[in-house]
Amino acid sequence: MDINLSIEPELVRKILADFIHSEITRVGYKRAVVNLSGGLDSAVACILAAQALGPENVLALRLPYKSSAQDSLDHAQLVIDQTGIQSRTIPITEMVDPLIASDPHMNSIRKGNIMARMRMIAAYDQSEAFNGLVVGTGNKTEILLGYTTLFGDSACALNPIGDLYKTQVRQLARGIGVPEPIIAKPPSADLWAGQTDEDELGFAYAEVDRLLFLIVDQRYSARECIEAGFEPGFVQRVGERIKKNQFKRMLPPIAKLSNRTIGYDFLYLRDWGT
Amino acid sequence: MKITVALAQINTRLGEVRSNLEKHLALAQEARSQGVELLVFPELSLTGYILQDLAPTVACRPSPGDPVFGPLLVASRGLDLVVGFVEEDHRSRFHIASAYLSSGEVIHIHHKVYLPTYGLFDEGRFFARGDSVRAFDTRFGRMGLLVCEDFWHVSPPYLLWLDGVELFLFTSASPGRGLTAEPQLESALWVERVNQAYASLFTAFIAHANRTGFEDGLNFWGGSTVFDPEGALLVKAPYFEESLTPVEIDLNQMRRTRARLPLLRDERPELVEREIGRILHGHQPIHRT
Repeated sequence: MDINLSIEPELVRKILADFIHSEITRVGYKRAVVNLSGGLDSAVACILAAQALGPENVLALRLPYKSSAQDSLDHAQLVIDQTGIQSRTIPITEMVDPLIASDPHMNSIRKGNIMARMRMIAAYDQSEAFNGLVVGTGNKTEILLGYTTLFGDSACALNPIGDLYKTQVRQLARGIGVPEPIIAKPPSADLWAGQTDEDELGFAYAEVDRLLFLIVDQRYSARECIEAGFEPGFVQRVGERIKKNQFKRMLPPIAKLSNRTIGYDFLYLRDWGT
Repeated sequence: MKITVALAQINTRLGEVRSNLEKHLALAQEARSQGVELLVFPELSLTGYILQDLAPTVACRPSPGDPVFGPLLVASRGLDLVVGFVEEDHRSRFHIASAYLSSGEVIHIHHKVYLPTYGLFDEGRFFARGDSVRAFDTRFGRMGLLVCEDFWHVSPPYLLWLDGVELFLFTSASPGRGLTAEPQLESALWVERVNQAYASLFTAFIAHANRTGFEDGLNFWGGSTVFDPEGALLVKAPYFEESLTPVEIDLNQMRRTRARLPLLRDERPELVEREIGRILHGHQPIHRT
């Protein structure tokens, strides 16, 4: 199996910018809010939104915590300067620290989740204030692996890049002119100093994307993935992560009682009537 | 005989028949002013595609008294129209349908015979299958109508070919998918390749109207085409953008191509019938000694 994750950036850019425009304007909005972390995914989302709606209609939020790297703020500023989008910087330290301080048993996972959910609150607050919809920045790799905080960074009104693996987001980023320092640096959730995605996950995006492509896109069985050259333990770990995190990809199940139940047999697209 | 056909590559509003109807009527008027004689709208052009539980609420029965078909039939006095809709039959079965309207009359209705129910598709859950594939005569010649998945299967175009079709009218609401390093989606490449093959194999015209726009995360890629009996591309609408794409086609081209390449003359449907009978019913093959 030739595993080829190549994309044609201009084709993808066109579809995704049209998608953002369509899904925002058809429900009566014309503006978007994006949490701009300084990383690759949110830089791509911001540029696509600016192309779709015009830079004046996009609000980038920088939401640093006291431990956030200065690079993150600086790199976000590169995107703001390059696109001419609107921006606000709202430090979240004073909002999250009381909750963190309230429990002596607080650990870094909980802290990270609190920060991610605080950023969600800030984005949705600005959504109302700016009259724009929140554009998500989760990619296919992190959605499949569950490397995301439920109701935190995964919360959004629409997600343009959720069907692109991280390595494909990087190709798109090059194609649409994301500043080079953002493309070059190692991906990080920046929840504590020196954190990187690949350290935390325990594998490289380039490698796991190839495996996910076989499992998800090509419907390979675990045995077939191993035959294709992937290490058995790696195949098993990734398979388990996909299964274990299915809950993050769904609305909570509603217990069925009636003849017609939301989620089971009350079926309409969100774009109903538009 | 020459005829100016146009492909009405439009976006639709999901479940908003009145609004979609207005777009049809406006485009019909515009096309007529450009000398178009046959205007082809995509699959479910009056309703939108992912209808799910909206199917019963957007269904109609084509007749002059129908609030949707009444104005369309009036418009068909100026030019022939192919429109996509949900038809409710007398037993309240709902079909994905396409109608050919001309001179104020419904000339033909096709019910989609293949309802994709796999992958992102769920048509079999909400719709009833059609059970016939028939060519029909128009003022321009003999035509056949198929809807999307119908022409992913080779048998419906083959049957229409044997039934004498000169101009195949294909309609679709094809969701774009399949990323590669190429500047086209795999779904677009596939459909173009197949349509070109049908034109070549059946030495006939293939006009394909696809839609544009989005429904939730699904994109519809447009790229409507007309191929001639030589398999040559006559016209192609842009990808992803709404457009009215007219083209004049010379129906005599089919006669010239078939004089050179008499594939239909030499086709052996009796052989096909015999072998299908054997495959389906286990008849013994005929052994020659």
